[in-house]
Amino acid sequence: MPEIKTQDFSAASVAAIQNPKLRRALDRVASGFEVARLDRVAEATPKVWEDWKQQARDIKAHTNEHLDYYLDLLHTNVTAAGGQLHFAKDADQANEIVAHIARTRNVKIATKSKSMVSEELALNPVLESIGVEVWETDLGEYIIQLAEETPSHLVAPALHKSKEDVAELFSEKLGIPYDEDIYHMAATAREVLRDKFMEADLGISGANFVVAETGTLVIITNEGNGRLSTSAPRIHIGITGMEKVIPSLQDLSIFLRLLPRSATGQRITSYVSMTTGPRRSDDEDGPEEFHLVLVDNGRSRMLADPNLREALYCIRCGACLNICPVYARIGGHAYGWVYPGPIGAVVSPMLVGLKQAKELPQASSLCGACREVCPIKIDIPRMLLDLRNKTAESPDRNLRSASKSERALAGLYVKLMGSPRLLGMAVWFANLLQKMERILPFSHLTKDRKWIKKSLVPPLSKWTRSRDLPALPKRTFHDIWKKDLSRDDS
Amino acid sequence: MEVTSLTQNPSISADLYVTCIIDQLYPEVGVSAVKVLRRMGVTVGFPKDQTCCGQPVYNTGFNNQARVLAKRVLEQFRDSEYVVVPSGSCAATIRVFYLELFADDPGLLAEAKALASKTYEFSEFLVNVLNIEDASVFGAAHQGSVTYHPSCHLLRELGIKTEPMKLLSTVPGLEKKELEGAEICCGFGGTFSVKFPHISEGMVSDKIANVQASGASTLVACDMSCLMNMGGALNRQGSDIKVRHLAQILDADSD
Repeated sequence: MPEIKTQDFSAASVAAIQNPKLRRALDRVASGFEVARLDRVAEATPKVWEDWKQQARDIKAHTNEHLDYYLDLLHTNVTAAGGQLHFAKDADQANEIVAHIARTRNVKIATKSKSMVSEELALNPVLESIGVEVWETDLGEYIIQLAEETPSHLVAPALHKSKEDVAELFSEKLGIPYDEDIYHMAATAREVLRDKFMEADLGISGANFVVAETGTLVIITNEGNGRLSTSAPRIHIGITGMEKVIPSLQDLSIFLRLLPRSATGQRITSYVSMTTGPRRSDDEDGPEEFHLVLVDNGRSRMLADPNLREALYCIRCGACLNICPVYARIGGHAYGWVYPGPIGAVVSPMLVGLKQAKELPQASSLCGACREVCPIKIDIPRMLLDLRNKTAESPDRNLRSASKSERALAGLYVKLMGSPRLLGMAVWFANLLQKMERILPFSHLTKDRKWIKKSLVPPLSKWTRSRDLPALPKRTFHDIWKKDLSRDDS
Repeated sequence: MEVTSLTQNPSISADLYVTCIIDQLYPEVGVSAVKVLRRMGVTVGFPKDQTCCGQPVYNTGFNNQARVLAKRVLEQFRDSEYVVVPSGSCAATIRVFYLELFADDPGLLAEAKALASKTYEFSEFLVNVLNIEDASVFGAAHQGSVTYHPSCHLLRELGIKTEPMKLLSTVPGLEKKELEGAEICCGFGGTFSVKFPHISEGMVSDKIANVQASGASTLVACDMSCLMNMGGALNRQGSDIKVRHLAQILDADSD
C-alpha cells in the first residue's frame, strides 16, 4: 500500500489551508463540478433524481447483501467469456498477481487508465521493480505521475495543479519549452502517450462497474485512453474493488445516468467502454488475454460492519468532495491516503486502520451536505459518528484510541451537566473568574464586558484566536425564569 | 410595544427545552421564545432541572456518556404535551439521535420515540403546530434588513427549510436580503471548531464575507451555536451586523 500519512492530518491541513493556489484550484474545479451537477438534477427534476438515487441504492444494497452469490456468478461469466478472474485478499496479493502475469508474459511496457484501486495498492512501484515501464495515460494521472505525487480528487486527480504548474512540470520533465496553452499541453501528452499505447504489452484499467450476469468490465472516461489501454496491448488486466460488482446490464443503466451527472455534471461521458473477455477468434483486434483482479484489502471488514457497510456502495463520483466545505479548504492530500474528502474520511480509517486515521472522522462539522449530494444516499455523517464512537468506546483496543484527556473531559462534562447543582456551582465559579479577570488574567474582556477577546485557557483559546466569545451574562435563563417568567402572566 | 395576549390556542401547553447555550450565554433568546409562545396563548412550562441534551458528547463519540444526559431529558419531559426547542441541532439530537442512542434498548427506545413525536423546533412549532401564517400576529416589527442562515442540523437532519422563512417574510417592516451560499456550513460543528480551528476559521470567514455582502444589518438563524460562531467572527472584524435568533425578531419587546 502507498505510504500512509493519515496520522499527519492536522499538520498537513494547516499547511494546505495556507496555500492560496490550492484554494483557487479547488474553488474553480470542485465548485464548477457542483454547479454543473445541480443543473443536471434540475433538468432531471428533483423528484426523478430522488427516484434514481433510491433505485441505485437499492441495487447496491442488494448486491452487497448477496456479494458471495454475485462474485460467484461473475466468476462463472468472466471464465465463460474466456477471461480469468483473480481474487486478492490484500494489496500484496493483488500486486503479486499482476506482477506474476507481467513476468510470465515478458511484459516491458504497461499503460494504465485511471484506477484508484491501483493507487490504493501502490501497484506502479511493484511493476517498476520488476523492470516494467508504467505509463499513466489519463491526462490528470499522467501529470501527477510526472510530478511524483498522488491524486488529490477522485475524478480530477491533478485538481490541485494550475496550468502554470503543469507547464513548468512538462518543461522540466519532458524538456520542452514552457507553454501554458492548455491545448498545446494536452497535445504534448497525447503525442507522448500515443506511442506508448502502440508499444505497450499490458494495459491496466480500473473498473467503474463489473457486471455479474455477463462478466463485463465497464469504464467511464472522457479521454479515450481507457479504451486504448484495454484494447491495444496484448494483455488487459482490470483491477478493482470487489464491491464494484452489480447484477445485470439493466442495473448498469441507472448508474450510467447517475455517475457522470454527479461527478462532472455531464449527461454522459465521452466514452463508456464495456469489455467482456479477450479478443474472440473473429475479432480483428483486442487483447489476447483478459484478467480481472478483484481486491478485498479491508473491504470485507466494512461489509461485516452493519454501521459502515454502505461505504461500499460508493461509486467514486466525488460529489461529496465537491460540496464539502472542509475539502474545499484543504484539498485531497491532507487526508493522507488515496481516498480524500468525506467518503475518504470513512473509507481510509477502515482500510488503513482507525487508530492511524483517527483524526479523519473528527475533521467534519457534520453539516450533512455530503449525504445530500450523494447519488447513492450514503449516510456519511452517520458513519463518521460511528467511527468517532469506535474511537471513543470500542471494546476493541485496535479501534479505541481516544486520549485519556478526551475521555476525562467527556466524563467531567457529563458529571456537570448531569447535576443542576454542580452545574450551578460551575457557572457561579466561572462568573467569579470572569469578575476577577483583572487580577487573574485568564482572558481579556471588552470594556462593556460583553465579549471575551482573548482566552488563555484551551480549548477557549483556540476559539478566540480568530473569534470573539460572548462573556457570561449576569443571569442564566434558569435565574430569569425563577424570578421573572415562571408565572404565566409575566 | 403593547400587545394583547392572543388566545387562539388556549388548550395548548408546551414545555420549553431552552438548551444549555441559551441558558448559559443567551438567556434573552429564551425569554423571547417564552414571550412569543405566550402571545399565541400557549401555556409555557419549564422543567427546571434541564441541562444539556448530550449532543457535544454524542458528537465526539461518547455514546455511553450521552445516554446519561439523554435519559435525564427523557425523564424531565415525559409528561410534556409538547416540547419546544429553540435550536435546530438540539432538537435534532432529541428527535433523531436519541433514537439511535437507544436503538438497542426497547424500553428506552419507546420513550425516545414518544419524546421525539412531541418535540418541535421553535419555528416548526409556530408554523406547523400553531399554524401561524403571518408573523404580524406576534406584534413584531423590524426596522431594517435581515439575512437568514439555515443551520445545517435544522436543514438536513430535521428538513426544516421553509418555516423560518415563512415567518421572517411576514414580519412588518423587515427587508429580506439574499444570502449567497446560504446552505454552506458556518464552520461551527461543536468541538470541531476548537479541534480544527484553522478549518473552522476558514469556513466562518467565507460565511461572514457572504453575510456582509448580503447588505443586511441583522443575521438571523435558529441556532445560537452557529450564531455564536458567526457573531464572534463578525465582532472580531469590527462589523456592526447584529446576530439574532428568530425568536428575538418575532418578539416585539426584544431590541
